[in-house]
Amino acid sequence: MKVTIDGIEIDVPKGTTILQAARMIGPEVAPPAMCYYSKLKTSGGYCRTCIVKVTQGSSANPNPMPKPVASCRTEVMDGMVVENFINPDVLEARKGVVEFLLINHPLDCPVCDQAGECKLQDLGYENGSSKTRYEFKRREYEMIDIGDKIKLHMNRCILCYRCVKTADQITNNRVHGVISRGDAAEISTYIENFIDNDFSGNVIDVCPVGALTDKTFRFKQRVWFTKPVDANRSCDKCSGKTRVWLKGEEVVRVTARKDQWDEVEEFICNSCRYDHKKKSDWVIEGPSPINRNSVISQNHYQHLNELKVQIMKQQKALGFMPIDKKP
Amino acid sequence: MQLTNRSKVVSNKEQSSMEKLYLPGIVKGMLITGSHLFKRRATVKYPEETRPRAAVYRGWHVLKRDENGAERCTACGLCAVACPAEAITMESAERKKGEENLYREEKYAKTYEINMLRCIFCGLCEEACPKEAIFLTDRLVETEYEREDFVYGKNKLVEKIDKRIDVSKRQTTEVEEFKKLPGLKHNSVWQEKKINKH
Repeated sequence: MKVTIDGIEIDVPKGTTILQAARMIGPEVAPPAMCYYSKLKTSGGYCRTCIVKVTQGSSANPNPMPKPVASCRTEVMDGMVVENFINPDVLEARKGVVEFLLINHPLDCPVCDQAGECKLQDLGYENGSSKTRYEFKRREYEMIDIGDKIKLHMNRCILCYRCVKTADQITNNRVHGVISRGDAAEISTYIENFIDNDFSGNVIDVCPVGALTDKTFRFKQRVWFTKPVDANRSCDKCSGKTRVWLKGEEVVRVTARKDQWDEVEEFICNSCRYDHKKKSDWVIEGPSPINRNSVISQNHYQHLNELKVQIMKQQKALGFMPIDKKP
Repeated sequence: MQLTNRSKVVSNKEQSSMEKLYLPGIVKGMLITGSHLFKRRATVKYPEETRPRAAVYRGWHVLKRDENGAERCTACGLCAVACPAEAITMESAERKKGEENLYREEKYAKTYEINMLRCIFCGLCEEACPKEAIFLTDRLVETEYEREDFVYGKNKLVEKIDKRIDVSKRQTTEVEEFKKLPGLKHNSVWQEKKINKH
């Protein structure tokens, strides 16, 4: 099936969604997603940040779709033409979505441990406005401890359901869901019925905001003062391939490795995540790939080589002689 | 090859008898020196006397407390990441029950250090601070004997409760507007105070 997204054509198999097709083209056309998670079945369709405009439904029926559609839940049709970043209406609508997501968000980024790797921060920075128009009291909940290792800040939650899907699909029995509806909806653990599954810690990694955070890392360090390295250890429960965040010689936390869409590559077990906080526990492979525009790469100089390759590419395009033949 | 056209041939001429006396030269010099006694002095007698400094002078930093005396800094680390000289380091800790009057938010800076020898007094930390906690002031950094003493900890940075430091002149209209936003939790204290006044 041929589909055109922002003027770029791509051939995709039947059953692919617009979001997946856009991700196949690359980050320059892929819409942002807060709730969709390719590793979790039936995720997506809640947050509406991935909305796009379909200007031509298919080659058989070239009429446009009347309203912007959620690209994570809409499958492509042959000859479909989609507009994302080139359509000002979509950007305006997305700005509205971001404003709605932030209505009850406490904006406590200076306190939040997720700051620096938070998708809502990125989304707000890229699509939101710098001022809030909301003047009413924000929804407030008490903090909840889910087990002794996870802290739930319901105030920060955007109800993306990713953690609920993770609890459903990765762990064996479901002890973690959403109670109440609409404005009053909240993540619950069936009243203090905490998760003691071996893979329960992965809800921290899938959470796009700071609602679920690691208590062993709580207020230890800001993310951008730590240095992420890819490391592994032999583990009988998971693959043991993790990302270890170092501050000097100290391991301040362990997370799963994430790909360019900020999705976990392989889920890791709780023992790797919480119990191995010594550098000698890990075989370090090398620095993790971090986007050089990210605050995490501030004052880390591991991407100079990558930068050099980029500069050489630009110079080549402009017709300069390469400064160095070796990349 | 001629290197420059400004070269001068050194004269090896003998001094005249008048010049050999040196007296006219000395008198001429003394007159110049003496004339300065009646001119305005270019220096002041520091430290008894100091020159006036602008209200927005960038000197010794202060970590402000809020209206109730609680520390505003929440150790978010934005000042440290903004600092071009990498002079700021901090460690954060969680506020315990009963410490609400000491720290404004649930996280606070357990240690906060500025290396005054590294600091270039650019004021980017002040600009980056989302909590209006750090300000540069018109105080000069004191002299010390040891290099370690220039690493200022919280004892030298946090303002004393009974000796508040006024920074209102440095706060721009944008900051004042920001403080009026009712949705932000940390402004509630300020709001209540404002309401009580009216």
